[in-house]
Amino acid sequence: MGDLTMYRYDSYDQAIVDARVEEFRDQTQRRLAGQLTEDQFKPLRLMNGLYLQLHAYMLRVAIPYGTLSAAQMRVLGGIARKYDKGYGHFTTRQNLQYNWIKLSDAPDILAELAKVEMHAIQTSGNCIRNISSDQYAGVDAAEVADPRPWAELLRQWSTFHPEFTYLPRKFKIAVIAADEDRSAMRLHDIGLKLVSRDGVIGAEVYAGGGMGRTPMVAPLIRDFVTEDEIVAYLEACLRVYNRYGRRDNKYKARIKILVHEIGVEEYRRQVEEEFAHMRQQGLNPPVEELARIRAFFAPPAYETGLSDKIDRADPAFALWVDRNVAAHKAAGYAIVNISLKPQGGIPGDASAEQMELVADLADRYSLGEIRVTHAQNLVLPHVRKADLPAVWQALEEAGLAEANLDLITDIIACPGLDYCALANARAIPVAQKIAARFADPQRQRDLGELKLKISGCINACGHHHAGHIGILGVDRKGVENYQLLLGGSGAQDASLGQITGPGFSEDGVVEAIEKVTDIYLEQRQDGERFLDTYRRIGMKPFKEAIYG
Amino acid sequence: MKILTGNDLQSGDVIWWAGDGWSRLVAEAVDVGERGDDLARTEEAALRVVGAYVIDGTLTEEGPRPAHIKDRIRALGPTIRPDLTLKPADADIGKWVI
Amino acid sequence: MAEFLSFRDGDAAQEPAVTVEAFTGQSNATAVRIEPGDDARELLPHLGRIALVEVNFPVFGDGRGYSAARILRESGYDGELRAVGDVLVDQIVAMRRCGFDSFRPDKPLDDAAVERALNRYADVYQRTIDGRSPVWAKRRPETQNG
Repeated sequence: MGDLTMYRYDSYDQAIVDARVEEFRDQTQRRLAGQLTEDQFKPLRLMNGLYLQLHAYMLRVAIPYGTLSAAQMRVLGGIARKYDKGYGHFTTRQNLQYNWIKLSDAPDILAELAKVEMHAIQTSGNCIRNISSDQYAGVDAAEVADPRPWAELLRQWSTFHPEFTYLPRKFKIAVIAADEDRSAMRLHDIGLKLVSRDGVIGAEVYAGGGMGRTPMVAPLIRDFVTEDEIVAYLEACLRVYNRYGRRDNKYKARIKILVHEIGVEEYRRQVEEEFAHMRQQGLNPPVEELARIRAFFAPPAYETGLSDKIDRADPAFALWVDRNVAAHKAAGYAIVNISLKPQGGIPGDASAEQMELVADLADRYSLGEIRVTHAQNLVLPHVRKADLPAVWQALEEAGLAEANLDLITDIIACPGLDYCALANARAIPVAQKIAARFADPQRQRDLGELKLKISGCINACGHHHAGHIGILGVDRKGVENYQLLLGGSGAQDASLGQITGPGFSEDGVVEAIEKVTDIYLEQRQDGERFLDTYRRIGMKPFKEAIYG
Repeated sequence: MKILTGNDLQSGDVIWWAGDGWSRLVAEAVDVGERGDDLARTEEAALRVVGAYVIDGTLTEEGPRPAHIKDRIRALGPTIRPDLTLKPADADIGKWVI
Repeated sequence: MAEFLSFRDGDAAQEPAVTVEAFTGQSNATAVRIEPGDDARELLPHLGRIALVEVNFPVFGDGRGYSAARILRESGYDGELRAVGDVLVDQIVAMRRCGFDSFRPDKPLDDAAVERALNRYADVYQRTIDGRSPVWAKRRPETQNG
């Protein structure tokens, strides 16, 4: 991990994570020896991302702001092979979940993670969760600054925060720095968007977004906070929430309900009052520390004089380039998206071998760096254009070169009832049936950008509210039933999908989606995406086609 | 019938009360009648099970069948990974869930 | 097993604590008890006459008492600040960091476990009112050296 341009632990960071491993080892031993009851142990294991799921224990590993080194990815693959059943699942929080973990192995897994500067801290519980960010951070020419130094600052600040470990409910923060929002920033409890004002970088702060059973798009609560005050400002936001967020009903406990119930003006007023107080408390790390963190993310030494030419002779390669490769800020380089949505596959799943292959490719072709996206795909952020054919070839051989980024088969799906104890219906089989129905690549390309998102219950881990087409699985008298939503977006044009009407069976919802896309193809005007057409013509024509 | 199920404390495996101990196979589950809650408490205290709960089921020709799909998926394994279910060789086993 | 833990010098306050409403309405009480829904800032005009603030945690998962404690310490309160109720060993470190200096848990705590918890983490990431130097403050000399 020599010349990586990502954050590296110093002895303080390492000691904190190592101490956590030993603490959890002690807690696990006490549980297995009967000194802790499950009621006492549950909150402790959850603070380390260990759930008791449908089939076994599930461990959620934090991937801070979705940035991974090749060495870290290799360890994730190794853990999948050694302690799990040979695979893992990348989540919509840019994390990785293992589905088949033994309680007695969990401390050893955390120890292996700690060796490569990883952990499972605060991947569950009513605390500040893993900070999410843009998978193109640092390589997108359009961003005003790299958001990762902010995200790392907040990772450290939020780790074991003594006042905010027993919040009314979980708390999710996203940081982005470009107009194009690839992180569903406004569907977070707090979203930060970096902007430049008179040459100074600061954050617009949005608060009270979220999905779940009461979805909300976060309103702006402050138009500028600089990095040297962001900690004090967020302390104020969190303190108001900790004191006044509802605790009488867990379904009304997220900050979105507080902001909604007291109003954005009143929430803002209370935060400003608390911020004035927090500013006096010496909470902000000094500029030297901000500079120290930022230095880790300095752009790598890109080669200069590289050609921007791509040999498009192979048509399959050319289609993949057009779909899955994005512009990089450095001449001669490209951003490669690796789809984890192959035909017949499980959205977000990767085998140990695939993880290791991606690690090898990152070492060879992407300066040792990998990103995880909230759409459950992977990214090689620094690939020379001249290396694209070799990267594609290797991905193709491993079943990782599906050219479907942001198309209808690039489906977000939560684990659903196949794995999750909270789910009401399965999500993965529905994703597979839709992908099979739209398997023809030409048909997918004709439909263009179409974000389809499936959740197996109202908690909305599959972001169904934010899908251009969303699907929500419900339990109707013990039978799986699927509601259809249209018109949602998690991007810069954030909006919430509307339910079309009565729900469908698994096959019925696939039929309904086909009717919906047919209406779009009939009605679309030049250059319109599905979402644009829906917004122009409204729900009625779609509804008539589905139920008429 | 009433079936007692839960997860093995140490391994996390789904297990079913089989009368004289726990089994990974729902086919070996027995009717616990009204004793489910007491058994759950005793077995949890003995560190043999975690998250034990009683479910409804019916006794079919193929053996005990949990009433709810969630418990049938627990009994079998993920329907989208037949290779990881308890009956990987049976191509039609997914139908049992639905 | 400890039924009462104190990190203060001298004897613990003995006077029974009254509710915030009773306290702000009378002039002679010196001990007050904060429930989760109470606003700790109502006590700020009276800090001079308070010897003991008890903060009640009816359930450990209700974290409002952490904010109450920090607010009092940030406002200069230096009397006894006691966590009572569903106080578990795994919460002691966070409570100490928020300014609590005594504990009367519903269920007695294992002294050795408390000791282990308090010594588990050598360093912290945040500045609070507990006087511990966060890692960002300790890092400054390293940064300046190169």
